[in-house]
Amino acid sequence: MAQVTVRFFARYAELTGCDSTDVLVTGNSATVGDVLERVRETVPGARDLPARPLAALNLRQVKLDARVSDGDEVALLPPLSGG
Amino acid sequence: MEHLTRSAISVDALLAAVHGPERGGTCAFLGTVRTDDDVTGIEYSVYDDMALAEINRMLAEVEERWPDTRVTLQHRLGLIPVGEASIAIAAAAPHRDAAFAACRYVIEEIKKRLPIWKKELRGDGSEKWVGVHDH
Repeated sequence: MAQVTVRFFARYAELTGCDSTDVLVTGNSATVGDVLERVRETVPGARDLPARPLAALNLRQVKLDARVSDGDEVALLPPLSGG
Repeated sequence: MEHLTRSAISVDALLAAVHGPERGGTCAFLGTVRTDDDVTGIEYSVYDDMALAEINRMLAEVEERWPDTRVTLQHRLGLIPVGEASIAIAAAAPHRDAAFAACRYVIEEIKKRLPIWKKELRGDGSEKWVGVHDH
């Protein structure tokens, strides 16, 4: 069991109506993709997130199959537009 | 140098930060908010912890690839009116080739990696997230 903080930004924060939430994922091999599924189940508005959003784990961009651990921070990132 | 700021960017401060007697070529890049489709300004938001981590990684990469080059940058956040700078990069090297190359590297990596988002504000009061097509 891992508790993961999930942060939302920009358009995704508008969709979910919040900046962050905590989710619990089970098993020893939970991934960012599993966290995303939990978010879809528990956060109103998260069903409208794209199927495969850009994601970060502990401040680095990762693929959705990256493993998560207890205390990790996952961020769901809309298309980047810095500069 | 604060890499993220909510104030107007000072190019002079950036140039001063990279200046040195052994560096004879300095390159500065400035990205400014342009008027496009009645855009009056852009609101920039950020995932600040990750943006700072990415900036530090980029600057470390520059140091590794161009060891004698010094680079710094500032990204402005919040509401920026048309004509004002949102991003500024200064790179100084012993010779111009490395200064241009390092400066180019940093702006291209910023576009790919910095968790920053812009919302265009238009003269008719409408708003649009850049890069998002469902809104």
